[in-house]
Amino acid sequence: MTNPLTLKSWPPYAVGVGIGVLSWFAFATADHPLGISTAFENTAALTEKAIVPEVEQSNGYFAAKAAEGKPPKIGWEWMLVVGVFLGAFLSSRLSGDRSPETVPALWRWRFGGSPAKRLAVAFLAGAVMIFGARLAQGCTSGHGISGSLQLAASSWVFSAVFFAVATTTAFALYGKEGAEHV
Amino acid sequence: MFDSPEKLLLGLATGILFGFLLQKGRVAKFSVIVGQFLLKDWTVVKIMGTAVVVGAIGIFALVAAGQASLHVKPLLLGGVLLGGALFGAGMTVLGYCPGTTVAACGEGRRDAMVGVLGMFAGALAFVAAWPALQPVIKGLGDEGKVTLPDLTNTSPWLWIAGMAGAGIIGVLLLRGVGRFGKQSTTAKIRVGSSA
Repeated sequence: MTNPLTLKSWPPYAVGVGIGVLSWFAFATADHPLGISTAFENTAALTEKAIVPEVEQSNGYFAAKAAEGKPPKIGWEWMLVVGVFLGAFLSSRLSGDRSPETVPALWRWRFGGSPAKRLAVAFLAGAVMIFGARLAQGCTSGHGISGSLQLAASSWVFSAVFFAVATTTAFALYGKEGAEHV
Repeated sequence: MFDSPEKLLLGLATGILFGFLLQKGRVAKFSVIVGQFLLKDWTVVKIMGTAVVVGAIGIFALVAAGQASLHVKPLLLGGVLLGGALFGAGMTVLGYCPGTTVAACGEGRRDAMVGVLGMFAGALAFVAAWPALQPVIKGLGDEGKVTLPDLTNTSPWLWIAGMAGAGIIGVLLLRGVGRFGKQSTTAKIRVGSSA
């Protein structure tokens, strides 16, 4: 029998069950939902405080988070992000599914093979994505999975909006023809 | 500044499992994420939908047993609507969501590595602009940390049963779409070869 750890992929429903059970584990052991984008906000806040210490007084962010009992820190969620990197590294090494890719095929078909263009846009898109996630207080993990499974109203609104806008954006960028190049 | 070492290790272990699952689920790939939004590849919806239904059953059982508490984000409509829109656009252009960007870095993808730097820059901008953003975030009201069962005064189990039912119908529909898709491809090849 093949070792499942060395397979390049698992069925999506099995992965979904795995993530669902992992969220039971996270709630039961750490009293924490799975979420990624808060750690980026915490790192940013700690960085700004380290570079400009006065910011702790001048920016109301720090007092407000302290009052909520959620001051920026290197915590469970921060290590979760480190773990996601390591887990994906491990999984891809075990199966040989490594992709040192800069310009994905669909992107190349539509926008050409320039690495500089792809990387510049990836940087900007990453910034916009996390800015949006923090405005809404969650991302695909914190709202999409963890919030939706708690039946949070905010998360269902977020999921509907992001899916609608993401789909519209995809068709605006690549058109119907794009699906032939995925 | 730091959680306890036990909690940090627990976070790391949970993250390793999460990253492993994301990579095996193929969602650390640009083509799978954008393929979902072009309504071609339904992997993202299958994984998220299953995780939500399975997760909900366990979490509400744990809550009923007094073993866990909910952590619901507030319904600040301004922030959620604008944030959701920016997030959706950014995610499609980048081709990864925050968790899968980090997983894609683990897989070796260069564009995701630059994407992470961009995410950090976006977070710096968000914290710096936080005071100015408050009117936008709270502009359409604050409904508080409400759940759908709270709003409708119903049992969460009713919603979970509804989601599970919708999920089963979704699985059957996706099977139908898959079969239809295969048939139409075969038809095209036949047309192509006869021409």
